[in-house]
Amino acid sequence: MDILNNLFPNLYDWLAGALHALLAGLNLVKDAENAIVATIMALVVVVVLLLWLVLMVLAMIWFERKTAARVQDRVGPNRVGPWGLLQPIADTIKMLIKEDIIPTNADRLVHTLAPIVTAAPAVLAFAVIPWGKGMFPVDLNIGLLWIVAIGSIGTIGIFMAGYGSNNKFSLLGGMRAVAQMVSYEVPQVLTIVVIALLAGSLSLNKIVDAQGGMGGFGWYILAFPVGPIAFVIYYISALAEVNRTPFDLPEGESEIVAGHHTEYSGLKWGMFYVGEYFNFFLVCCVAVTLFLGGWQGPILPPYVWFIVKVYALVLLGMWIRMTWPRFRVDHLMAFAWKVLVPIALVNIILASLFVTYALPALKQMGLF
Amino acid sequence: MTTDLFLSNVGFFVMGLMALAGALIAVSQQNLLRAALGLILAFLGVAGIYFMLEAEFVGVVQILIYVGAISVLILFAVMLTRGLMRGAGSGHNSQWIGAAFVSLLLFLILSAVALFAHWNVTATKVTTDLVPKIGVDLLTTYLLPFEAISLLLLAALVGAIVIARE
Repeated sequence: MDILNNLFPNLYDWLAGALHALLAGLNLVKDAENAIVATIMALVVVVVLLLWLVLMVLAMIWFERKTAARVQDRVGPNRVGPWGLLQPIADTIKMLIKEDIIPTNADRLVHTLAPIVTAAPAVLAFAVIPWGKGMFPVDLNIGLLWIVAIGSIGTIGIFMAGYGSNNKFSLLGGMRAVAQMVSYEVPQVLTIVVIALLAGSLSLNKIVDAQGGMGGFGWYILAFPVGPIAFVIYYISALAEVNRTPFDLPEGESEIVAGHHTEYSGLKWGMFYVGEYFNFFLVCCVAVTLFLGGWQGPILPPYVWFIVKVYALVLLGMWIRMTWPRFRVDHLMAFAWKVLVPIALVNIILASLFVTYALPALKQMGLF
Repeated sequence: MTTDLFLSNVGFFVMGLMALAGALIAVSQQNLLRAALGLILAFLGVAGIYFMLEAEFVGVVQILIYVGAISVLILFAVMLTRGLMRGAGSGHNSQWIGAAFVSLLLFLILSAVALFAHWNVTATKVTTDLVPKIGVDLLTTYLLPFEAISLLLLAALVGAIVIARE
């Protein structure tokens, strides 16, 4: 059981040891040899993480189409492979061979850079998430703040897409999307403050470690009344951040053609599409780390627990998408500023009272 | 030169070049939106320099505030001002000789200050978690600036709401 739990850290150590043995023959300075091995291992981790993320996104695309179909009482893709499992690969190939169109009077550089600036921050933020016990790429002691900061870079990309398309609908859709994302960052950060209060640290590893009580079930979502309120507000604002229904006004087809990605085709549109799934996956991973205890859990290996919890939240998000209608743009803003922000502020006050008075007593009782 | 020092020099030069390139784009582009994007690149370069100096909190807050909020504000302002989207015409006017002279003077003065002043370098290397220390300091040693800034934020919020209501 210990072998299975520590599978990936052991693989990492074995590879680093093999590299050290390989380079020992060259008789370099100790510092230089360590630096070279560290660089190569960092590259290996980055490549493995990227491949894993792409695999996860392909799985999510298939999952979404099948779930949408079942909710709508039909079957979904079932021709391309067994149960339609090769459908995302077929979609990727189709996307790669399409013609790349840039509108006539558009700003070429801005139009080309926009998908990259939108999709890259989501990948950057995955570097701090603990995927299992001892399986974190980087342990920043301000990990929580890093995720919030990197998430706020994505708005620039959407702005660039809206402007660089030389299209009124793109511009309007881009500005609406940026206004929505900026507004919903506020309740999101306010609920993250609650978790920082409960855990006493901004490091994601310490937050997951702090949820280990009660036999692996001492999750912050169970910290009544503060935890569930914070989780609900976080999940709603996170869905709005990544522009998923019911908050996908900027990209709904009946509203504004396709908003800021109207004029994109081929791989650039693919980057927007995949970037949206990266963002959604990231937000579910962060919600699991903060509220559902990360990789904590009894019998199964930690990384299995993590993936199961993340996919439970992904299923919840897709379920919400399939069943609820869209918000109107003024309702969207009013909801963020007039409903979510006051509740989140009251929640912070409750959390401070909880931490000062209730938490020491609960710690003495052995919970949390 | 140890590996440590070499790597931090490499990092500093890369980030410094990024900041300089962004600043050059910001001042030389005629299209105002491209200039704003160059400014964003400069902000990211400065954040990288903060990370090289192991001031991670300041670096992350630089990205969060400058790139995430102030740049979005600048882009909105550029978008919503009619007539700014067309080219601004030539980037020079007839006073460029005086401007170049004053810029050179400013550069010389700043370099002299940076290189020859007696900077207060702390002898101890901070290895513990800095964020709790910053929090405690904000609420004990630097309480007055903290409260003054929150009053300023309140005034800005109230002003924004009053202007937006009309």
